Amino acid sequence: MPVRDRGLWHHFDSLDHQADSNLLGMWVFLATELLVFGALFTGYSAYRWRYPAGFEAGSRHLNLLIGGVNTVVLLTSSLTMALAVRAASQGRQALLVRLLLATLFLGSAFLGLKAVEYRQDYLERLVPGLAFDRGAWQELHVNPNHVQLFLIFYYVMTGIHALHLTIGIGVLGILTLKASRGHFTPQYSAPVEMWGLYWHFVDIIWLFLLPLLYLVSTRTSFY
Amino acid sequence: MTTLTTPYRPQAKVTETTAENYLNVAYGVKSWLLTTDHKRIGLLYLMSVTVMFFVGGVAATLIRLNLLTPHGQLVTADTYNKLFSAHGIVMVFFFLVPVVPTVLGNFMLPLMIGARDLAFPRLNLASWYIYLVGAFLMLLVLFSGGVDTGWTFYTPFSSKASHTNVLPAVTAIVIAGFSSIFTGLNFVVTVHRLRAPGLTWFRLPLFVWSLYSTSIIMLLATPVLAMLFVLLAIERLWGVGIFDPALDGDPLLFQHLFWFYSHPAVYIMILPGMGIVSEILPCFSRKNIFGYQFIAFSSISIAVIGFLVWGHHMFVAGESVYAALVFSLLSYLVAVPSAIKVFNWTATLYKGSVSFQTPMLFALGFIGLFTIGGLTGLMLAALGLNIHVHDTYFIVAHFHFIMVGGMVMGYMAGLHYWWPKMTGKMYSEWWARLSALIIFVGFILTFMPQFILGYLGMPRRYHVYPAEFQVLNVLSTAGASILGVGYLLPFAYLIASLFGRTRSGPNPWAATGLEWQTPSPPPPQNFLVTPHVTCGPYEYALSSEGDHASS
Repeated sequence: MPVRDRGLWHHFDSLDHQADSNLLGMWVFLATELLVFGALFTGYSAYRWRYPAGFEAGSRHLNLLIGGVNTVVLLTSSLTMALAVRAASQGRQALLVRLLLATLFLGSAFLGLKAVEYRQDYLERLVPGLAFDRGAWQELHVNPNHVQLFLIFYYVMTGIHALHLTIGIGVLGILTLKASRGHFTPQYSAPVEMWGLYWHFVDIIWLFLLPLLYLVSTRTSFY
Repeated sequence: MTTLTTPYRPQAKVTETTAENYLNVAYGVKSWLLTTDHKRIGLLYLMSVTVMFFVGGVAATLIRLNLLTPHGQLVTADTYNKLFSAHGIVMVFFFLVPVVPTVLGNFMLPLMIGARDLAFPRLNLASWYIYLVGAFLMLLVLFSGGVDTGWTFYTPFSSKASHTNVLPAVTAIVIAGFSSIFTGLNFVVTVHRLRAPGLTWFRLPLFVWSLYSTSIIMLLATPVLAMLFVLLAIERLWGVGIFDPALDGDPLLFQHLFWFYSHPAVYIMILPGMGIVSEILPCFSRKNIFGYQFIAFSSISIAVIGFLVWGHHMFVAGESVYAALVFSLLSYLVAVPSAIKVFNWTATLYKGSVSFQTPMLFALGFIGLFTIGGLTGLMLAALGLNIHVHDTYFIVAHFHFIMVGGMVMGYMAGLHYWWPKMTGKMYSEWWARLSALIIFVGFILTFMPQFILGYLGMPRRYHVYPAEFQVLNVLSTAGASILGVGYLLPFAYLIASLFGRTRSGPNPWAATGLEWQTPSPPPPQNFLVTPHVTCGPYEYALSSEGDHASS
């Protein structure tokens, strides 16, 4: 038996072969993930098409400022993640750790802002089943059932998105620890690249959520 | 060539007891529970799905016993609802969907493509644990009062009316779904990246093609079911109206999303069986498969078209007439690739040197029963006839012909075909043939009367029925008891074979696949020398004339 590279499983021929397979695995997993959100997009579209007025009214009550800032935060985190992948493949350890930390920080900032937004939604009685004011919507001549449907999809879609981001942050935490111990080399940087793909995917999903949830109505104000 | 026509040659004199194989390489509970060897994980799955099969089987037995008399004297209506729900949920989500991919697929796929393991061994083990968590939760649900919604969980019954364990049940199914997804992911990457040198796509065994197609469905359909159940849980927990018409929700949306998973799931349940049959027929006809590429691509096209036919479950649910027309047409289309397979299998047998060992008996049973199930499926795809027999025993008989007559027969065929490879032991051929015969007869007697019952108008899911249906119901129950004996027999003689002395040798069927070129049971690394592939998978003595596809 020839000497095996560190981190190489017995059933792969080489680290390249293994890295290549890991990346394909992540792509296939992302195809699954696409259908996770696909089911929700389908449900959203069915009701959005049927109840446009209720969806517009609900959308107008979301906080576009936080949604917008969060978009910038998340896009920036994708940039730092992409740079981290590059740093890993170049073997620049210190830079890799710093970029991973930056990505972690930006992802957490997104979740923090999202939490603030959820709290505000709750205070504005925008949570069906927990805090929801049917009368107020009737006064606005909007069917509260339709607004409820919009809000349910808003919480499920952003909630599942936030769950994905939380998992991503957890994994990045582990990667950062490993990177700080010099675990990744130019020959063995596939985990960083793999989870980079995942991170970008979660980012892209948000780019679809933003217009569907925050921008479906024509607005006059940002609040 | 005469020796090749009788492939079964038990090699009792071979004494390789000292050779290292995946079973004797390590002992102890830990070496099994923490293994990453796909062969051991396959056996772990074999034990778990067998347990679930018997749980689902007990529920089926009680259902059939209750239906012996028109007044349903065995159980109450409520208990009956819980029994058919338990039977459906356990059999679909915890037996039929995982069984062939996780047991035979897990074990054979790397061997058949000359790989040392699946691409992600730890993910493979994780998927078994995830399956276990789902299965335990499901058993807990069943033994703590059960669930009465049927395996379909239709709203608004499941969201508002039912007072049973709906939430834990759907949670268990979602958990088991993740195990499917991880298995599918593992298979896709393995087929793409770990084929032996020289093993091109068109030299792949057809079982591998069918597992690949199955994996695609698992990957793309399962997440939709998971999200659907998340929405259902939210509706049930917070009383909001996602699928509730009283709150402007749409129950049809539930059915659309449900069948977007559950119809393709039918193909998760049948495609691997088709793959097994495509392995066995050439071996026991001593002849190359007829129309290799057609069979390979028909698997892929079943996977693709299978995603477009879900609406045929909703012809009477209130979908638009135009949607119904399109779904009806597409349902006819999906029959084409299935028919292509049946014709090619038949042509493979033609002028073959056919022998009737146990795997072949099960495989031939598969073809016959699947054909009946498929043809009645065409009847159901016709809009008018569908309305006549909707929600009757005709439907029940139809899908049992596909799932039990098809998939379980296919699974038994595969289990008997590869058992000597998995264990190194040969079972009693006499008992095995007897069990194949009993299962076939019992199956026909159980489900043929149900076609007639359904056509006469007996609805499904009732625990009582009009007295004039009793004779056919008694016939069906009698058949079920024969079928039960048929399923218990393999349990006995397969386990007995483990303690027997009949060693199978590496290639008891004189088959051509890569998996037969390594010792039985295989060594931990699968192959002592990495195989180099230079020809197609079915280079038997007789060629299929006019078929150049596998070259």
